[in-house]
Amino acid sequence: MKDALRITGLRKTYQNGVEALKGVNLTVEEGDFFALLGPNGAGKTTLIGIVTSLVNKTSGDALIFDASIDAEPSRAKTYIGVVPQEFNFNIFEKVINIVLTQAGYYGMSRTEVMPRAEQLLKDLGLWDKRNTPSRELSGGMKRRLMIARGLIHNPKLLILDEPTAGVDVEMRLGMWDFLRTLNKGGTTIILTTHYLEEAEELCRNIAIINKGAIIVNDSMQNLLKSRGQASLEQIYLDLIKGEAA
Amino acid sequence: MTPQKISIAYYTMIRNEFVRIVRIWSQTLLPPVVTTSLYFVVFGKFIGSQLAPIHGFEYIQFIVPGLIMMSVITSSYMNTVSTFYFAKWTKTLDEMSVSPMPSWVVILGYMSGGVMRGLIVGVLVLLVSLFFTHFAIYNVAVLLLAVILTSVVFSLGGLINGVFAKGFDGISIVPTFVLTPLTYLGGIFYSIQQFSPFWQTVSLFNPILYMVNAFRYGFLGVSDINIGICFAVLFGCMAVFVAILTWIFKKGFGYKN
Repeated sequence: MKDALRITGLRKTYQNGVEALKGVNLTVEEGDFFALLGPNGAGKTTLIGIVTSLVNKTSGDALIFDASIDAEPSRAKTYIGVVPQEFNFNIFEKVINIVLTQAGYYGMSRTEVMPRAEQLLKDLGLWDKRNTPSRELSGGMKRRLMIARGLIHNPKLLILDEPTAGVDVEMRLGMWDFLRTLNKGGTTIILTTHYLEEAEELCRNIAIINKGAIIVNDSMQNLLKSRGQASLEQIYLDLIKGEAA
Repeated sequence: MTPQKISIAYYTMIRNEFVRIVRIWSQTLLPPVVTTSLYFVVFGKFIGSQLAPIHGFEYIQFIVPGLIMMSVITSSYMNTVSTFYFAKWTKTLDEMSVSPMPSWVVILGYMSGGVMRGLIVGVLVLLVSLFFTHFAIYNVAVLLLAVILTSVVFSLGGLINGVFAKGFDGISIVPTFVLTPLTYLGGIFYSIQQFSPFWQTVSLFNPILYMVNAFRYGFLGVSDINIGICFAVLFGCMAVFVAILTWIFKKGFGYKN
């Protein structure tokens, strides 16, 4: 089994002196559904930003399917699909154009990628809205549009940063099913979320990051067993509070 | 990325830009046409008719190349500075940053957008000028080279400004306080030969003077400055801006955290 993501000694110190990552080591295997949890400001988004080339690291390295983000950035980026926390698409653009444009940046022509775009938008319930300007979508639809855009180039590793934030329960369950199917199809998924039941429900392995360092990295099953079958929420709170103390 | 994939990525960028420019034509194409028409009426017809010819040409004929160039410069610059800053501000720039597109393609794409708008505006202003005067083009090759290179230089300049801008003020300061004065003092409305030797020398420090004169030479066959020097300045500016942008995009300066 290959490593989908291998991070070694990753450090990030911002210009204001804040040390967001303090030498993080992390490995995610191919095919995994991996939860990356932590409180606000723990370093999750910084870590994802570095892996996806949106943030400059201070030191360390990250390999995406053996392609270094430094030595082979183009190849590494081809493997990754990212769904960021904030909506960052062009609000004046139509849904279909947002997806096709993203594919274009990966070197896929509109005619070549149209069948996949249609399938993705149908799977995510957005096909009927394909000609709607994205600003007119509901919050849940915007989230799904972000997922469609992140998947359009068929990435081997999908990174989801709070994908169900602000989404109603019914839609969230639908997204879980979609992500499970995607993972069964072979896509490695890294999920960050504040909904701990979501991580418990979906993920096989877990890392908890706090104050820029990984404090737990184990399988979900082991973590739950080791703490006497307590809920993930209880374990998480104990760990974070323990760190704070 | 393979060359074919790179060409698709580049085409995606310029296609989007073309659609945007045309979709909001009342903001991108119309204002420079209206403004220059007023220049033609006021400076060309009303005031110009009372002025002596310059280099053997009627005043309105003399200022037409400069006014076209002014529109091209402003449009090219504003296109890249505004689109890049807007993409940075709304974080849509991330769509490109996470993709495998090499940074030189991103630079080329933004630059091409600026050149596209600059040239469309230039052609529109040229067509409008035909309502006010007539002229024969002296040298098409020089004219095209001058206008394209100038548009390239200011598109790149706008992109640098867009990278460094930290707010909407940041995208208007340079056009208002640097670009506009340099353009107005760049020999659009006069020949520097009308100046004293001191002011002639001072004028030579303005790069826009070389661009306007190269373009005017293509149109009318007259220039205050040797054409070879004009193109050397244009290529020099382009090389400097390309070097700066290459460094910026390599480091992610100004848009990566």
